[in-house]
Amino acid sequence: MNFFNSSKGKIILPILLIPIWYIVYYNLQAFTDWFVFSVLGMTKGEHLAEAIWFFIFEFPKVLLLLTLIIFFVGIVRTFFTPERTRKALEGKKTFTGNVLAAMLGIVTPFCSCSAIPLFLGFVEAGVPLGVTFSFLIAAPMINEVAIVLLYGLFGWQVALIYVLTGLFIAIFAGWVIGLFKLEHWVEDWVYKTKVGQNASDIEKIKFSDRINLGYNAIKEIVGKVWLYVALGIVVGAGAHGYVPAEFMASIMGKDVWYAVPLSVLIGIPLYSNAAGIIPIVSVLIEKGASLGTALAFMMSVIGLSLPEMIILRKVLKLPLIFTFVGIVGGGILIVGFLFNWIF
Amino acid sequence: MEIKVLGTGCTKCKSLEKMVREKVAELKLDANVTKEEDIVKIMGYGILSTPGLVINDKVVMSGRLPSDKELNELLSKI
Repeated sequence: MNFFNSSKGKIILPILLIPIWYIVYYNLQAFTDWFVFSVLGMTKGEHLAEAIWFFIFEFPKVLLLLTLIIFFVGIVRTFFTPERTRKALEGKKTFTGNVLAAMLGIVTPFCSCSAIPLFLGFVEAGVPLGVTFSFLIAAPMINEVAIVLLYGLFGWQVALIYVLTGLFIAIFAGWVIGLFKLEHWVEDWVYKTKVGQNASDIEKIKFSDRINLGYNAIKEIVGKVWLYVALGIVVGAGAHGYVPAEFMASIMGKDVWYAVPLSVLIGIPLYSNAAGIIPIVSVLIEKGASLGTALAFMMSVIGLSLPEMIILRKVLKLPLIFTFVGIVGGGILIVGFLFNWIF
Repeated sequence: MEIKVLGTGCTKCKSLEKMVREKVAELKLDANVTKEEDIVKIMGYGILSTPGLVINDKVVMSGRLPSDKELNELLSKI
């Protein structure tokens, strides 16, 4: 066992585990069929059977995907520190800066508790306000947990749509905020704060430590979200078996014009991480909610959260908070209407 | 030795403080461990993500928790 704790062992272990992962993942459906219909002896098409099948299949599937992706993302993220991202964004022209900031927002490790030091550090280093916002919008909205769940429950097309529209909103909102020159709505003390220069950019990490951080990411993220995933899928499984199809069509269907703005309004104060909300959204869609409306709901829940607003209030004056919510909310509305119109 | 844990109160910041205090006791170091929660002072150290670990006024790590081994190395170097 000591071998797997050595530097070499830490690199070899994932190489050994990946084939096992692959075999389990690709036999999960057959196993679920066998377990539900043969071992439990349930009948295909029965409500309870459908619900149990959904849970037994989806829960391990999503957990397997999460574990694999978060491991690799955890390693990739050790290369994208906030310090490097800031350096990349310093003095960038607005539009290019917004695009770059939104994309770096996906890969740079970010937690809303670090929003303040990050905001101060960016603004002080001369990253334009709008570019900073593009980063702050993309970072929580487009995260690996959301992407994995969307891929697992909807397929890669929806995951890709989510990432692209999320990028669009982050770029658009940041660009508009930059255009309005709202620097005077940033709290005055922000520009007076002297940011020190001894940040630990020089920190060198060994490759085996990067792998270690991949494991830590699994422990930290999967350890935190598995319960939400389970709850979300239980609710999903229940609805999957028992709620009649087309039930949501009259409430969240594409012909209900007010569904998109209403979903956004409900979504903003609702605070849930991607892990809990996406399994529920997958059922909403299955029961007749339109893609645009569901997408808008999901984005406003994940991307705009009350706790983050409260944290940002320390550095932003109230009008800027409202502008920020208004522009991001507006971007989400456009996305929602656009997708209802296309599909 | 002056050890400062920088953090505004996120869970990772609290775990870092706990880790450092335990490690200092374990290694029987002559160190003064304090927690800095004032954001303006934290920014004075130039970190972009919390928690931050400062030993004798020098930032040695930020944005993540060290492993037990790393913390050993960081604390015994000085």
